[in-house]
Amino acid sequence: MTATRAETRELVRLPAEIRRQRVIGAAYLFLAFIVVWFFALGSEGDATFRLGQAVGEIDLTFSASGMAWITATIFAFLAGVHLIRGLGKWTNVVLAVALALFAFAFLAWAADGKSFSLLGMLRTTVAASTPIAFGALSGVMCERVAVINIGIEGMLLTGAFMAAFVGTIYNPWMGILAATVSGGVLGLALAVLAIRYHVDQIIAGVVINIFALGLTSFLTTQVLAGNFDRFNSPGVLTSIAIPFLSDIPILGPVLFNQNVFVYALWLITASMTYGLFRTRWGLRSRAVGEHPKAADTLGINVFRTRYVNVVLGGCIAGFGGAFFTLGAVGVFNQGMSGGRGFIGLAAMIFGRWHPVGALGAALVFGFADSLQVRLSILDSGIPSEFLLMAPYLVTIVVVAGVVGRARPPAADGQPYIKG
Amino acid sequence: MTEEEMVEEPVAADSGDRPTGPLWERIAPSNLDWRSIVLVPMLAVIAALAVGAALIVLTEGVAEVPVAYRALFQGAFVGIGSISETLVAASPLILAGLSVALGFRAGLFNIGAEGQMTIGGTTAVIAGFTFSDLPMLIHLPIAILAGFVGGAIWGGIPGWLRARTGAHEVITTIMLNFIAFRLVDYLLKQPFILREGRFDPISKDVAPSARLPDILDWINPALRLHVGFIMALLVAWAVWWLLFRSTVGFEFRAVGANPDAAAYAGMSVTGSTVLVMAIAGGLGGLAGANESLGILGNVFSGFSSGLGFDAIALALLGRSHPAGVVLAGLLFGALRAGGRTMQVRSEVGIDLIVVIQALIIVFIAAPALVRAIFRVKTGKGTGQLTRGWSA
Repeated sequence: MTATRAETRELVRLPAEIRRQRVIGAAYLFLAFIVVWFFALGSEGDATFRLGQAVGEIDLTFSASGMAWITATIFAFLAGVHLIRGLGKWTNVVLAVALALFAFAFLAWAADGKSFSLLGMLRTTVAASTPIAFGALSGVMCERVAVINIGIEGMLLTGAFMAAFVGTIYNPWMGILAATVSGGVLGLALAVLAIRYHVDQIIAGVVINIFALGLTSFLTTQVLAGNFDRFNSPGVLTSIAIPFLSDIPILGPVLFNQNVFVYALWLITASMTYGLFRTRWGLRSRAVGEHPKAADTLGINVFRTRYVNVVLGGCIAGFGGAFFTLGAVGVFNQGMSGGRGFIGLAAMIFGRWHPVGALGAALVFGFADSLQVRLSILDSGIPSEFLLMAPYLVTIVVVAGVVGRARPPAADGQPYIKG
Repeated sequence: MTEEEMVEEPVAADSGDRPTGPLWERIAPSNLDWRSIVLVPMLAVIAALAVGAALIVLTEGVAEVPVAYRALFQGAFVGIGSISETLVAASPLILAGLSVALGFRAGLFNIGAEGQMTIGGTTAVIAGFTFSDLPMLIHLPIAILAGFVGGAIWGGIPGWLRARTGAHEVITTIMLNFIAFRLVDYLLKQPFILREGRFDPISKDVAPSARLPDILDWINPALRLHVGFIMALLVAWAVWWLLFRSTVGFEFRAVGANPDAAAYAGMSVTGSTVLVMAIAGGLGGLAGANESLGILGNVFSGFSSGLGFDAIALALLGRSHPAGVVLAGLLFGALRAGGRTMQVRSEVGIDLIVVIQALIIVFIAAPALVRAIFRVKTGKGTGQLTRGWSA
């Protein structure tokens, strides 16, 4: 009986899927080994995670090596499950939870014998995730109508530049508006190249990135440099605490005492999820992305839908780019987006082209990104260069582990030619 | 089979809108239409320079345009010193451009030339200062080979990931660029590589026996043109031979044009993908070695200075043909060399060159734009070169 059931399961699963599950199983086994070797055997003291805003308010103290042993056991168990039967559609979710667990064990090891502000880490994570999440949402917006947007990086960078430039001349709100508009203009450029001229969408996106990098660098040296006070000192938008909600322990300071960009992120994610899956516009967009010919036959204007969504996607990315200057650093630097747009693309894939998934994935990447900020304080002995690599390494691992399974919109990347 | 995979099959089979035909036919039509080979690139360059002029007018005023462009032209072409500088700048560009072009021919988009350059240039330098008492005939090839191997490993990783897991090379190569920068920053701090008495990240100097020798120093010792330019031309010929005269190259092109058909014909798509990316990475590594063993003699943080990104524009301008890449490399080398002179003699910064290059690709990729601006007949555009996320 059990044999037949196992056989049926074997028949149903595709070879590629079986291989993937085995690879993931092996990866878990590898991680379990790392956790035991480095974290469990490499720490002896207690780690203290501070979850309150003041020292001693809410403290979580536990044995770092105990935490590592528990993590290793769970990983070994997951490895077994993957090697024997796989986890099916839960794979990604479990993977995300397991990565968080790994990160926790890692932090416990790094904070061994010391006290560490987990609250600060979580706040940094949300901040670092914000531009990545805006990039990912921009990607979802474009790819749901089957236009691949590699130009997110350039849109973020242009948004950051315009926010600093216009934000200094007028005020930060005008800066945000200018950033949004400039992102939309680049979105329109991508749309015209991809939809009207059928230019390879990946090339069009790469062109936008090179163009944005060149133009912002050119304008920085020509205009901003030397006129710092007049053109490049917009300042940073302060955090706004939402009454009552921000008083919730732990969650309050992390989620509800942030700047306007973070709130806009929650809002855009929610409205995009509702819009894509509950409104006429969303149904039409998805139809255009899955099967443009069928959509066209039913009277949906494929071109207009694509133009509108890609421009909106550009606006989202431009708005998100303003975070770099107005939400974080307070001044524009050349190439300051540092690949966040591409990480956003990976977040979009990891999040399976769904706004909420994209946001969740962006938080994972944001966590990796915030490691270098926080761990440099702990002085864990890891060279800073390797900490700086973390978000990029995580991106590669995630894209390699997930992309084979995630299914993009069916017509993704293909121009629609009428007739 | 899960629900999602059930859905995938019929939809994928129905995607009849995808432009078909071999990939290289779409990049460079074989009925070598003079319009798409000569006219469009020329008009694209003119249009890009015009937009660049508009940018100068906006930032520095009308009077600066002739000053800047005259300096650009003189710095690129006037006098043997300028020509030497153009060729020096063109050498790594040609090699990196070949790296991207080879990928295009096999349907892969190598955006990682910058990272491959960084790694290859560093491994070449390490080989260059580690062995110190070898004759040049042995030492120089070893150092160049080290650069090739370093780049090949860095390029092979995304190829392997693409072949085994389907991870799109556009994302993985870009991530590997950033990782390469950090890795080299880290390596440069190690006492084994860091120059004695220095704390800023800069490597030891390459032994003279591993430096690419100058070839015009008999005219004037200040002329920096080195053997690297000849190496770039030889490598361009080798890539042409590999692509169009060898069995392996045929497999590359076949896999790029139609992976399913190639697999049906008994070719290994996996092996081909890894090999293409490794060789492309190796070419990127050679570009790095060309810089580090040529004019620099050492490596430092960020020594690749965006050459790997210029290479993308260059490969598109050269229609991914080795001969085209050489010509486009000369043009971009001229822009770089002239750009430096422009930066010195006028108020306009060298970043303008990046904008001009981006605009050139826009016009190359969308000849319809050129057609609309100049009212001339043009050939077809690049069409779809790359595969989407799931292919």
